[in-house]
Amino acid sequence: MADFTMPSLGADMDEGTLVEWLVGPGDTVTKGDVVAVVETAKSTIEVECFDSGTVGALLVDPGTTVPVGTRMAVINTGTEPPAAVPAPAPAPAKQPTAPASELRAATGSTTTAAGDTVSSPLVRHLAEQKGIDLSSVHGSGKGGRITRSDVEHAPTEGPHRVKASPLARRLARSAGVDLGALRGTGQGGTIRADDVRAATAGPPAHAVQSEPARPSSATAEPAAPARAAISALMSRANREIPHYYLSTKIDLAVAMAWMRDRNASRPVAERFVPAALLLKSVALAARQVPELNGYWKDGAFVPSHTLRLGVAVSLRGGGLVAPALTDADTMPLPELMATLKGLVSRARGGRLRASETADPTLTVTNLGDQGVEAVFGVIYPPQVALVGLGRVIEQPVAVNGMLTVHPTVTATLCADHRASDGATGARFLTSIDRLLQRPEEL
Amino acid sequence: MNRDEALVLIKDVLTDAVPGADAAALPQDENFRDSLEMDSLDFLNFIEALSGRTGLALPETDYPALNTLDGCADYVASHTSVK
Repeated sequence: MADFTMPSLGADMDEGTLVEWLVGPGDTVTKGDVVAVVETAKSTIEVECFDSGTVGALLVDPGTTVPVGTRMAVINTGTEPPAAVPAPAPAPAKQPTAPASELRAATGSTTTAAGDTVSSPLVRHLAEQKGIDLSSVHGSGKGGRITRSDVEHAPTEGPHRVKASPLARRLARSAGVDLGALRGTGQGGTIRADDVRAATAGPPAHAVQSEPARPSSATAEPAAPARAAISALMSRANREIPHYYLSTKIDLAVAMAWMRDRNASRPVAERFVPAALLLKSVALAARQVPELNGYWKDGAFVPSHTLRLGVAVSLRGGGLVAPALTDADTMPLPELMATLKGLVSRARGGRLRASETADPTLTVTNLGDQGVEAVFGVIYPPQVALVGLGRVIEQPVAVNGMLTVHPTVTATLCADHRASDGATGARFLTSIDRLLQRPEEL
Repeated sequence: MNRDEALVLIKDVLTDAVPGADAAALPQDENFRDSLEMDSLDFLNFIEALSGRTGLALPETDYPALNTLDGCADYVASHTSVK
């Protein structure tokens, strides 16, 4: 028997909302099957099963928010007799998990287990009475706990609390949509992100992109969940990691000419974009300089034997996610290109797979065509380096003593000085440059 | 395909390729890669869908002509036989 638990879908995730089950008790599942859809503060993610067997009890109802590590279902793997009554869930560190019966009892009520980590039952009850979404309340108590006074001073959302997932709330806020006016298609009428998207399908693109005017009241609006998640992780990174920064300009004339030639004879579906070549060269360079691929754990660098290249993808309407390109170093370029396309469109469409969000070992931030010349990022802990790729731009370069104009890119490296030194970082950036001068070998 | 038909199709493709985009409200002579903040993958998605719908090869060298609704409409109309 195995537990299916709320997975950690990124270093900055503490809890998630179950949107729907794609399986029911008695269904046969195979390792890798998508069994549930989970919404985090940042995105909607399809979660795969890590075991093969038969689905036993479903312990969490759709619409419920639970901390990472919470048992959500039992999978009978056939290795031991299925227990009639599931054993009590092992409590994840620091986050007491409500027993299954309690979660069951939450069915249909608007109280979610999310509050368990941030507030007392009394506070939750008060919040419910006042129709306040606890996820939008800033906790002023010890360890960020939401106190009674926080709830009493929080702006109410309306006479009754609208049931909606965190992502739906965020989308609605940024698009200026009144959640109360929407009809939810989720379990028990819960408003899902798709419902908000459907409601905003009409307005001009400009309106969607620009932030709605904020009321200039003294009480600042609490940061949206996605911003809060980014803020917590990045603050930790800047507090704990002594960063050092390197930058180098790379001549892409050879690489771009090779790509143009290759694309000319291919249908659109098989064409490359510069990002594919750049990511592949970063992946190969990380193999050559393994000191930058891995994690800082318990005061020491732990190199990773696999390479999962995190690709920071900015989302329309704000925020970013960094899904991972697994085995980017060994993947042939056409496959990498196809995977990248799928990854980015699923990230933006809000349907990433959990396996795609599995913690990357090295992240690349590529501000792309609309971006700037160079980007110096902040490392995603527990990783030890972040590669920044600027926009590909025409720039004057000296070639054989003559001044000429070539497409160039500025590659930067932000690395953890506890794990490596500048000389190592320099070796890495030089490797990327060298690899891009022989694009046919990528 | 005439220019008007082409324009309808292009707006349709653009709306599909860029979730949340409102092609109807987009000025026809404006570079939509900029105004919709499309990156190279978004643009490739658009080109791929446009190629699929029109049957045109749309080589990379012609991309600069395909940055605006007007440019796309002219291009598609002049490259497809008038029905």
